[in-house]
Amino acid sequence: MTSATLHSDATRQQADAWRRQTSLRRFYTGLGVGLLLVAMCATMWFADEANAGHFFDRLPHILDFLSWLVPKDWNDVWRALFDIASPNDKGTQEFNFPLGRVYIWGGFYIPEYFELMLTTVNVALVSTFIGFVFAVPFSFIAARNLTPSPVLRLIVKRFMELLRAFPEIVIAGLFAAIVSIGPVAAIIAIGLHSIGALGKLFYEINENIDMRAEEGLRAVGANWFERVRFADLPQVLPNFMSYTLLRIEINVRISTIMGAVGGGGIGEELKLSISRGFGAKTLALVLLLFVTIFLVDQFSAWLRRKLVGEQAFLMSA
Amino acid sequence: MAAITASELSAIEGRHPQIFQRPAYKRFWPLLLIAGTVLYLAYALWFFSLPQVLRESHWERLPLFLSQWISYDLQPEFRLDQPEITPKYPRFSALGEHPDPDWVIKNPDGTFTVLIDGRDKTVTFDKIRATIVANGQTVPVSLTGGKPVVTGPVPDWVTVHDDEIVAKMGFVGEVRVTVDRVKVRKRFLGWANFVFDTRSPFFGKSAGEVISLIASGPELKPGTSNLALAADNIWNNAQWQHGDVWTKLLQTIVMAFLGTLLGGIVAFPLAFFAARNITPSGLLSQVLKRFFDFMRSVDMLIWALFFTRAFGPGPLAGSAAIFFTEIGTLGKTYSEALENIDDKPREGVLSTGANGLLVQRYGVLPEVVPVFISQTLYQWESNTRGATIIGAVGAGGIGLKLWEAMRTNSNWANVFYMVLLTLLVVFIFDNISNFLRRRLSRTLHDYNRLQAAQG
Repeated sequence: MTSATLHSDATRQQADAWRRQTSLRRFYTGLGVGLLLVAMCATMWFADEANAGHFFDRLPHILDFLSWLVPKDWNDVWRALFDIASPNDKGTQEFNFPLGRVYIWGGFYIPEYFELMLTTVNVALVSTFIGFVFAVPFSFIAARNLTPSPVLRLIVKRFMELLRAFPEIVIAGLFAAIVSIGPVAAIIAIGLHSIGALGKLFYEINENIDMRAEEGLRAVGANWFERVRFADLPQVLPNFMSYTLLRIEINVRISTIMGAVGGGGIGEELKLSISRGFGAKTLALVLLLFVTIFLVDQFSAWLRRKLVGEQAFLMSA
Repeated sequence: MAAITASELSAIEGRHPQIFQRPAYKRFWPLLLIAGTVLYLAYALWFFSLPQVLRESHWERLPLFLSQWISYDLQPEFRLDQPEITPKYPRFSALGEHPDPDWVIKNPDGTFTVLIDGRDKTVTFDKIRATIVANGQTVPVSLTGGKPVVTGPVPDWVTVHDDEIVAKMGFVGEVRVTVDRVKVRKRFLGWANFVFDTRSPFFGKSAGEVISLIASGPELKPGTSNLALAADNIWNNAQWQHGDVWTKLLQTIVMAFLGTLLGGIVAFPLAFFAARNITPSGLLSQVLKRFFDFMRSVDMLIWALFFTRAFGPGPLAGSAAIFFTEIGTLGKTYSEALENIDDKPREGVLSTGANGLLVQRYGVLPEVVPVFISQTLYQWESNTRGATIIGAVGAGGIGLKLWEAMRTNSNWANVFYMVLLTLLVVFIFDNISNFLRRRLSRTLHDYNRLQAAQG
């Protein structure tokens, strides 16, 4: 046997092995995609069966449904937004725009929807603040490299996990029965959730810090608070701020949804308006909500870029 | 170490001006930020009229509600103005149609004794007098004078009203006595009738009895095996509605799964056209990016409300809402991932003369697919939580059921049952998604290390 055939034998064996490996991998990929497709079809069928109206029955009527959205008079959208009396007002709730004005000073008023939007944004801001204030100390306790006691660390970590996973709507419902239905119950619910969500992100940041500054402070005899304050905090604060801004974006959205289930703010008005089929009001509300969320997102993205540079962040909840 | 002299200090200052002489706004911005936050909080205090809300809130309800999560109570009532004293239970009480609890005792002398906490807290009564025992004290009540009168000293756990005497016994319950009736509330730890409700033929039987009935008992309902009957009774338990709860839970899971998956499928091709470095046209990239922003900014709530009106309430509306929001979110994250890829593999494939599609397949896809999957899993996980909330506006799933159970303020045990199930689902899905993402990041890590090793 010559060396050339030996060589080609080895090559052929290698090529065969490679082919076997890729075909096996292709088989597994195909199997995975196939299973995913089966699951998708099954869940689609399930969702359609369980729904009040079925997809293919309702599909031809999608456009009918959109037709109520188109107002007879497009100017009504602006009138609804700024609480200006409409000539179409026949005493029904559909066009009673000036009714909800919030008078501040003499004849100066804030339009109702702006006031509601302000409530929603304030709920988001206050609850994010609550989340931040509690999450920062918790995150130092829960970080493996900074914790003062491993037992405490475990307790705080589990507690934050519970806060994160607990459905906000239940906390909101519980506190609605205690502090009355409205924005305060929503603040408590979203605030508690934010503690868990921010706390997790924060302690993961803490666990990735450069420990040399901490060791330096330990060498000169600094206590735990001093070490955290002067070695850890300066390193992590920009990232903390960045995640907090991201949380504000998420909380504005959650606060809108909370409004729709009784948490006050714009969500409630939107739900009523859509369920009663008020075209002009719905368009005004959607426009306001869209612009606000867009502005909050853009502002927060700009501030985050200034804080931590062009670092990309995953969306997180 | 020797102390630093003044001249040395100024020398250090001179050498590092950027540390010691910073502009005023840089030195004071933390202070300004804190002052601004304090001002904002004062404004928020006024805006939400927080002092008033807190003053008018009922914090005493909190321990009561929380105790109702894990307990239930029974409220027998004894009419004293009837010829014969008999206990009456509210309709649909947890004891079923023929209640005969062992803690209500008819004594040989015609009096009744209700054991509220063993023999330590009891009430014994007939038509003319009642004796309440608790905390080691005995309180005799006379019922003959037209209104109930405590004969003797009144301890602080007993409140005397004009026509009623209320003895509060803490968690275990309370006794209310008037001249013509005695009302007892006795609280039990646990969930009543969790397996079989009061209409079931298996109600009130011990686990052993039920098992032996299922294994070898006579058919309780002719034509149906006992096993099928038991399963049917559990599934359709009127009080706990296991069947409905589990179906709704499945709907929530399906909503998150379907919405995220469809969103990913639609966002995947669009992201290639939106990524600045891959798109054939800059205009198309801008249009698509604004489209993603639009889908994200029209909130999930708005989509949910629209689709609930279009398709009627149910998981289809919820899936569609998550689907539309995810097109935006995943489209944005996918295109950002594509913009961050290493261009070298792409150039390599391009140099072999491959066409556009093949370049994407072999030059781009291997690099981004793990990132795509990881981000999709992250969104799936977060949507599993989000689907609970949007359910409450009518978009299907457990959210609406939770909200309805809470509205009455009386069904907290059911709420807790559903919360536990939701927590379990979130926990399981978090772990699945974490596990998959860890494996993916290991793949990514290996890939990067291989590349680094090869230079």
